[in-house]
Amino acid sequence: MGGLPYIPVATQKETALKSKTLALAISAAFSLVAGAAAQAQTPVKIGLMAELSGPQAALGQDKLDALNLIVERNGGKLGGVPVQILRRDTQLKPEIANQIADELVEKEKVNFVVGLSFSNIFMAVSKKLTSAGVIVVGSGAGPAPLAGAQCSPNLFVVSKQNDQFAEAMGKYAADKAYKRVIAIAPNYQAGKDFVGGFKRRYTTQLVDEIYTPLNQLDFSAELARIASEKPDAVYAFLPGGLGVSFVRAYQQAGLMTRIPLLSVSTVDGTTLPALKDVAVGAKHASAWGPDLANPVSKKFVEDFTAKYKRIPSEYAAQTYDAVMLIDSALAKTKGNVADVKALTTAMRAADFPSVRGKFKFNTNNFPIQDFYVFEVVKDAQGQATLKTIGKPLVDAADAYVAQCPMKG
Amino acid sequence: MLWSLFFSQLFNGVQLGMLLFLLASGLTLVFGIMNFVNLSHGSFYMLGAYFAAATLAYTGSFLVAGVVGIGGTMVLALAVERLALRRLYARDHLIQVLATLGLIMFFNEAVRMIWGSQPLFTAQPAWASGSISLGGLNYPTYRLLIIGAGIAVALGSYLLIHRTRIGMLVRASSTHPEVVAALGVNARQLNTLLFSVGAGLAALAGWLVGPIVSVQSGMGDTVLILALVVIVIGGIGSIRGAFFASLMVGLVDTFGRAYMPQLLRGFLERTVADAAGPALASMLIYLFMAVVLALKPGGLFPVKR
Repeated sequence: MGGLPYIPVATQKETALKSKTLALAISAAFSLVAGAAAQAQTPVKIGLMAELSGPQAALGQDKLDALNLIVERNGGKLGGVPVQILRRDTQLKPEIANQIADELVEKEKVNFVVGLSFSNIFMAVSKKLTSAGVIVVGSGAGPAPLAGAQCSPNLFVVSKQNDQFAEAMGKYAADKAYKRVIAIAPNYQAGKDFVGGFKRRYTTQLVDEIYTPLNQLDFSAELARIASEKPDAVYAFLPGGLGVSFVRAYQQAGLMTRIPLLSVSTVDGTTLPALKDVAVGAKHASAWGPDLANPVSKKFVEDFTAKYKRIPSEYAAQTYDAVMLIDSALAKTKGNVADVKALTTAMRAADFPSVRGKFKFNTNNFPIQDFYVFEVVKDAQGQATLKTIGKPLVDAADAYVAQCPMKG
Repeated sequence: MLWSLFFSQLFNGVQLGMLLFLLASGLTLVFGIMNFVNLSHGSFYMLGAYFAAATLAYTGSFLVAGVVGIGGTMVLALAVERLALRRLYARDHLIQVLATLGLIMFFNEAVRMIWGSQPLFTAQPAWASGSISLGGLNYPTYRLLIIGAGIAVALGSYLLIHRTRIGMLVRASSTHPEVVAALGVNARQLNTLLFSVGAGLAALAGWLVGPIVSVQSGMGDTVLILALVVIVIGGIGSIRGAFFASLMVGLVDTFGRAYMPQLLRGFLERTVADAAGPALASMLIYLFMAVVLALKPGGLFPVKR
């Protein structure tokens, strides 16, 4: 890696002086060359912080797979320069995420960090990373404080702001003029946020808001309550295993055909393989679905399905966009990562082919994008997948941009 | 209208109770008779669900999936007992907790490495999907199947423990192990058999419950806590205690979740009731456990030693 060669010093004084000078000159020349070579050789370091073990590992796995899809396709390069991916498992524990952030900043000296599916992890590490000059590209969670008062020029979120999927579903419910809606979500901060986001756009008072324990085993009691109230629609935010149990029970109780199920993060690429036909008929709000018509998305779905034998989820799609964004920025700065300001300017331009068709950043580095509503259907191969049925929000900005001090 | 809701919640409570009983029966057996804190009970539940789901995908038969699920887990439990747990029977409960906790983490990751991180697909058998109409209400057939299974296990274990020779030996060796050993019975083999049966019961629960919950890594962790609450309320070591305790816990939890928020809305402001209701409802079974322990510290049906 460019070390100084050992030049033996001559025994005679004059030759010693001459040799010393020669040695100095040669080593100086060497270190210049070595330095330049090292500069070209040192790859751009990208850390992927995601949950790679435990019950939430499906989301982390999708992110990793999307990242590897691009890096391998490009022969280990992004923007024409070699990259080194450092994958780190946060185990959904903020203390571990903090240790990882320290390691990535101090020991590995990463240039970018992508991933960050969960708000608590994101909030724990974002300040530490951005203030160290690391460019954070969030491709999962979009916590409100980071879109508002705690926004940063080194922080980019390409996925969405957390409330926006809920807002999209709320607008859909308002457009459909449902009079009586019951909401159900787990009893923790994200559950409350997702119901709050829904209520921001669906302003009729909800008939009922049901909050269930995070370790709920069986939803029969809640479903009996819902069935007895006979609402026009049910709005559900039940991620992961909770969603699988709930949607199964909903369908078995015969409610799927009688009361529309408007869901967010409940039937998506990570739970549909477990639900299959049972989820058919459920509605889902997101910024991306596997049937979007633009050519970038089509190629992404094709490549991902061919490589990993499953339909990508929106978490994979968001990470795909994050990596393509980094690729475009590195191409613009010709691989120079020393000038962080130039890099972030290149990032803000968002000049990359997005799976969402068009992509633009708002002044707080969160996206301005369209939101769709999908329905779970069976495709030609008999697999359960998502079909676009509506576009309730167009070029939507998040609700916190006004609180961000950055003004573009 | 109100009565039909009440009856359907009653049915839900009984069904949740039977689900809990399937989980708790194996745990109380091992804990009570072998005096062994087996936290990996939740892992055997998870393994039963995974083996059954994998077999179902391969053969398409729900019953074959059950046989493989239960049998496979019992064989695995034998191996685990022989390799890891045998030397811990005489040790402190804390050591047993640590060891079986380690097993939980081991199995969680093993399952994720073999089957991946996404929840596994599994389905109810076609002959049990549908509903039966009882008095104007539609009950899913599969849930009735679970209730039936719970009752069958309860009866089966009762007959095994109280009406067979093996059961007599098991009961005797739990209270007077030295005497039983002196009579020439191989206590080691008995313990291994019992441990395997306990794991088999957990796997049975995993096989039956799989189609209505999510089969994924870590699914045993949350139910383990519920099962522990049930056996503490029922009295450790008593199958009868586990049966009644699980019924009561199932009913308390279901009615709490069904009616608590509305009850609070009656005399609290709506936003406060909406926040407090679910929190209180989820605490109810632990409050219930605290009350039972305050009145009867050994549980409802303590095993006399």
